[in-house]
Formats: sequence, structure tokens, C-alpha cells
Amino acid sequence: MGLDQTKPGMNTQVTRQLHNFHGGLVFETYKDITSKIVAIQHPLPQKIILPLRQHIGIPAVPVVKIGDYVLKGQLIARADGYVSIPLHASTSGKVIDIGDYPVPHAGKAVATCIVIKPDGEERWADIEPTENFLSIDPKQLQEIIRSSGIAGLGGAGFPAHVKLNEGVVNVVDTLIINGVECEPYITCDDRLIREKAHYVVAGTRMIRHAVQARQCVIAVEEDMPEAYAALAQWIDDDIELIKVPTRYPSGGEKQLIQVITGKEVPSGGLAIHIGIVMHNVATAAAVYRAVTRGEPVISRYVTITGKVGTPRNLQVLLGTPVSDCLRACGYEHNENHRVIMGGPMMGIHINNPDIPVIKTTNCILVKEIQPIPAEMPCIRCGNCVDVCPIKLLPQQLYWHARSENLEETKKFHIFDCIECGCCSYVCPSHIPLVQYYRYAKTRIAAEERKREGADHARQRFMQRQHRLEEEAQEKLLPQVSTISESDSLIADPDIIKSYIEAAVARTRDKRHQSRITDLEDKDG
Amino acid sequence: MADTILLSSPHKHDGSTIRSIMFKVCMALLPGLLCNIWYFGPGVMWQCLYATVFALLTEAILLTVRKRDLRLFLGDGTAIVTAWLFALMISPLVPWWVSLTGISFGLVFAKHLYGGLGHNLFNPAATGYIFVLLCFPVIMNHWPVMRELSAGIDVISGATPLGDTQTRLAAMDMISEIQIGPLYGMFAGAGWEWVNLAYLAGGCWLVISGIISWRIPFGVAGGVFVVSTLFSLYNPDLYASPLFHLFSGGTMLGAFFIATDPVTASTTPRGKIIYGCLIGLIAFVLRTWGAYPDGIAFAVLIANAAVPLIDRYTRPNILGE
Repeated sequence: MGLDQTKPGMNTQVTRQLHNFHGGLVFETYKDITSKIVAIQHPLPQKIILPLRQHIGIPAVPVVKIGDYVLKGQLIARADGYVSIPLHASTSGKVIDIGDYPVPHAGKAVATCIVIKPDGEERWADIEPTENFLSIDPKQLQEIIRSSGIAGLGGAGFPAHVKLNEGVVNVVDTLIINGVECEPYITCDDRLIREKAHYVVAGTRMIRHAVQARQCVIAVEEDMPEAYAALAQWIDDDIELIKVPTRYPSGGEKQLIQVITGKEVPSGGLAIHIGIVMHNVATAAAVYRAVTRGEPVISRYVTITGKVGTPRNLQVLLGTPVSDCLRACGYEHNENHRVIMGGPMMGIHINNPDIPVIKTTNCILVKEIQPIPAEMPCIRCGNCVDVCPIKLLPQQLYWHARSENLEETKKFHIFDCIECGCCSYVCPSHIPLVQYYRYAKTRIAAEERKREGADHARQRFMQRQHRLEEEAQEKLLPQVSTISESDSLIADPDIIKSYIEAAVARTRDKRHQSRITDLEDKDG
Repeated sequence: MADTILLSSPHKHDGSTIRSIMFKVCMALLPGLLCNIWYFGPGVMWQCLYATVFALLTEAILLTVRKRDLRLFLGDGTAIVTAWLFALMISPLVPWWVSLTGISFGLVFAKHLYGGLGHNLFNPAATGYIFVLLCFPVIMNHWPVMRELSAGIDVISGATPLGDTQTRLAAMDMISEIQIGPLYGMFAGAGWEWVNLAYLAGGCWLVISGIISWRIPFGVAGGVFVVSTLFSLYNPDLYASPLFHLFSGGTMLGAFFIATDPVTASTTPRGKIIYGCLIGLIAFVLRTWGAYPDGIAFAVLIANAAVPLIDRYTRPNILGE
């Protein structure tokens, strides 16, 4: 691993012009605490608690009963609909309960979980590898990925197959594999890359095949030289390896796209609208496992850090209670500490040690409780405007959210907010801005649901209309692809522009619908 | 893990507070304050002291009446900054009761009647100053003679360079005749030029340490510079040089400390420049054709009123818009 940055290695060093994104913050990273230590396998816990929803979308539906014996990797809950993913047993044992347990979710205390008592045998269910992924149809590859229960393992938990499908039905210019861990403390992707670089690179090639991307980029942060070197050993000139400057939130999808390509994801739209698909490095590794071994997602790397005895990364079976992981790192419960699932900027504060590690859990951080300074009035200093990576006006959003002026918050693009927390971080008045925005988003969604609920027939009609339009649009797509084959996607700006606008409009509709289901789900 | 309240992300803060910002503003005012004391005597210090006491008293009474947390809001330091700015705008010869009137008017009518900290439309220090300027114009325009000029002669008060220029222009003198005496110092008025340079230095430090944006002072100075250059090129006998406008009177104090009050200033990047330019432009107009020698405070208040409009039309495009 003695590769330094200037040595060419196996890949041709295509130096790409990197771009800047607006705002952001540079932190003390605290990554050294855990990044140098090998991630060990965490022993079997007493109990495995698997929430039916560990992703964005509709919860899975159990296919096992209480008392059933399940094998490791066995399907225990099936996907319900398109934006949903299946769930597999993390170990072999007996299903002892299916019911409500505390889950890590901002704003939701409990949700349905399947609880397994491990038998200690770790007996695998029959799994089947896919022999040669390059020879199979991309659609089929996508199906394998879907059935393995892969949700975006970076933190957001968007079902991987949905993103892939967008890539299959649309023209993909660039596939970006995101290894940019921009939050302080978190090193699970760094460790994963260092220890399983081959998985990441091979998984990247598989995703690339599935979406038929023209270019493929793996991005890591500048302060991850070992991970960079590890990847460089496996990469050929089919993949571009890039180091991006360490600045929060450069690992955010929109920001990383801007840094690498200089393109902006349209407001209210998706990356695919500008021909880009992005997946996390852990997702790529999971794809590799799913394809070559038929293994579903049953474990992940988790960084256990902060005020614990021996901070390090662990390879944890999904469903393992947080308290179990903390104990493994020599942490004893302390009144003066706060446990955060995720990083310090976007993590969720959890107050129940039995909450399990799920697919999106990248870090468990123990922090000392600091006295919370009183919230003062906004003095309009504009520090939040300077750091917002989306170029929103956080203080105006705050004024309107606070006075429940929801229409105005929409005009100020509240749904473009990525909740990165930069604004709250720099606010001298200590206003919990992100909390206000979440509140406003929830309120807007609730009102929309009320409006929609009033007229089901109309909704169904709209949906049908929307489906027909979508089909018509899909028929139009080949035109775009033939144009882009010539040189670049930007062959005729007008066509591309109108295409993007139509796609953004469709996505807005879709989001609108999914917000409604999301909320119904919360209430239910 | 026993906390019952779940705290929202982020779980990290850069540690800045309103109090720390106000403290830095006071620090940045020190060079200007010391320079003022050097040229205008210890009276300036007494003015600051009176003003601080009056401001804290007024603020305390208002907070009590409005049932606000006294320690929290009195400790934020905003009243002290208002007091210092007010004290630095007025002449050291102004009696204490005028100072009390100005401070309390500014805090009551410009700050607390609008809802207190963060809600005011107009700058409290500038409002208080304008109020007493309108009420007691003679007292307010009564300045001590600069240290260097009074040597040997027993003179208590005299005109400021801006006031002198205005009076003599009205008497049909030409700029070239007026601005040659010792009152005009090296380039913009004895003492005043150095006081302004000291404010400029303190202000630059505020910009570098990220407390204020460069855009507003740049706008003010740019506005004054451009318009005064144009006029002085057009007729140098009638209109003073840009250097004189930039470094006399309250230009630098206004540009770096009064116009930049975050609560009353524009908040968008483009808006800040427009807001600054507007102040510079109005200040020049008032100095040249207005009834009072200096126009910075008036200019700030007028621009304050325009802020909602400026902000509305300078909203930046968001990512991907």
C-alpha cells in the first residue's frame, strides 16, 4: 500500500478539474481515533431486532411467524411494492416476537420489528452466486440487487434498486461511487475500503454494468490516503479514482456531483435528470457480495467512537442492539453522556440502548452532554446564508417556519434543504434551525395529505394520467440517447433542457405522492 | 441514556454567541475610540461611559416591563454596542441629558417597540442620534477644537471640517480656498482623517475575523467614492474630493460599524452591496445639499427602510434553480 498520490499505479491518472460547492464547513475531523484500527467482527448478540423498515419507502411485510426457525440470510419479510426492500435474517435462530420496538428514526419512537433469538449455529440458508455478471442482462442484475435487500448504506437508505432502475431506463453519463465520509468521527467507509477494496471496486463494475454508465468515478476524501491507495491497487483505467477536498458536506449527493462534474442537480429533481447515478462504497461492496455469493445485506461496518473505552470500527450484524456494540468497546452507561446514531452533524439522538443497528447505521457516537445555551432571537447575521451548501436563505426559512407560514417556506425551497446542519452549527443565537425545517416539512406533508385524502377518485385519476404520461415520456427517451451517443449529453441544450424540466416535474409529482405515503406510515 | 428530550441534529456548534460577536465589535471600536480620545480629549471616554450606563439602565427597565430574561438579554452586549456607537457619533461637549435622551429614544422607539433584539427595522444608535440632532441642533454641532489646532490659543469650540466646508460654500467660497487651512489636516481634516483610519483598521479586522461581511462597507465606501469623484471631476471648486468624503465625519464609523448592524442591514449577498451603495450615495447627497453637515446617520436610516425591498429583489438562486 505504499502508493503515494503522484505515483500512477495501475490506473491512468486522469486529472479531472474539480469544482467548488457553495458554503460548507471545515471541521476538526476526529477520524484518527478509529481509522487506524482494524474492524473486528462483533460477537453474536443475545437478541436480534430487525425493523421492517430500514430504508426510505414502504415497510417490508413479514413472511415468518413467531416460533419459526430461520436460517442466516433467509428471507423473513418481503418487499411491499416498488419503493420497498426485503429483509433477511442476520443469523440463524428462532423468531421470538413480531411487534413494536424502539427504532432509530427521527420523530418516531417505535415500529414493527422481527425479533430473533440466535441459536449460535450461524447456519446459512441456501444462497446462490451469479456466475458471470457481465454476461447477464442488466435488468436481471438489478433484480438480484433488489432481492438482496440493498438500501443505500451511506445513511439515507434509499432503495438501491430504485436508483439502479432509474439508471437502466435513463441514459447514464457518469456513475459515481461515493466514499466521501464528510462527517467528523465516522470512518466506517474508510475502514471498509481499506479492508475490502476489492469488493468495492468489483461492486462498482457490477453497478456500472447494471446502469451501463459511460464514465465511472470512485471518490474519496483527501484525508483518506490509505483508502485511496487500497482502491488504486484494484482499479484499471475503466474507473477514475478521485480525491475531493475535505469539506463538509462534500459527501452529500448534490455537493459531490457539483464537485466532480460541476453540474447542479435541478431543484426538486434527481441526479439522474442530469445523467448521474450515485451509490455509496458500502452499497457497492454489498452488491459484490450479493452477486458473487448471493449473500443478502445482513451486516455492516459501524464506527463506535467518542467517549467510549476503546473506540473502533465493528462489523456488526444488523439488528444488534446499540448497547451491545457499546459494551464491546468498553463503554458503561453514564448519565452525563448522550448517544448519537450517525455523525455529530446529522445523527439521531437516541435515548434507548435497545435500539438496533440497521442498514443505515454508520456510526454510534457517545458525546458528553453540554449545557444547551438559550435560544436567542435571530439577529439576521447571515452566517447561515454563507454556509448553506444549497444556497438557501436559512433565516427567511426560519422566520416563515416559526410563524407557520408554510406557503412561504415552500417558496423559499424548504424541500431542497438537505438538513446538513451547517446553519445551526454557525448560528450565534443557537437557534435549532434544522428542527424548525423538519417541523415545517412534516406540517406541509400533513396538510397535503389532508387535501389529497378528501378526494380519492381524483387522486386515482391523476395517478393514471401520470402513468400514461410517463409511458409516453419513456417512448421519447431513445431520442435523447441517440443524441448523446454522438459526443456528450449536452448536444442540443434545448432538448436536454426540456427533457430535464419534464423529468423534474414528474419527480415532484412522485415525491408529493411518496411524502403522503411516508406520512401515513408515520401516523399508522 | 436517560434523557427524555430527544435533541435535534446537529449535535455540534462552533461556539459563537451574540455576546461574543458584540464583544468583538467593541474590540474593533477601540482603535477609533482611542484615536478620538487623543484628538478630542477625555470627554469622549466620559460620553462612552455615560452612554453605557444609560443604555444598560434603559434596556433593563424595558426588559423588565416586557417580562424578558434580564440576565440573558442584558448580557448579550447589544445595548453596549448601541451606546458606544451613539457616544462616538456625538460631540464630547454634548451634555449628559442629551445623551440620555438619545439613548433612551433609540432603545425604546427603534428597538423595543419593534419587539426587541432582532426585530428592529431601524438602527437604534442612528435613530437616537438623529432624534437628538433634530431636537438640539445647536448643541449637537458644537465640537471641541482639535488638540493640534488649539495649542496656545484658548478656544473651546469650533467647526468640523464638514461643517466649515458647508458654511463657506454657502458663502460662495471655493473648495480650493476653503480646504487649505490647518483644520483640513493632510487630506481630510485634522484628527478626523486619523480617527477614520482607525475605524477603517478596526473594521478590516472585523471583516477578516468574519464578524461582518466586506460587502456593506465596500458598498458604502464605493458609493461615496464613485459619486464624489464624479462631482469633483465635474466641478472641483464646488464639490470636495473623494478622499475628503471618505475620511471625514462619520464615513468609516458608518460604513464598518453602523451600516453593518446585522439586524437592520440587508441579508443577501447582492443586497448588501446595493444597501451599502445606497448609504454612500444618500450620505453624499445630504452632505452636499442637505441642511446638516454630515449625512451618514440619515443615510443609514433611509437605507434601513429600503432593506425589505432590497432583500426581496436580490434573493439568490438556489442550487439547481
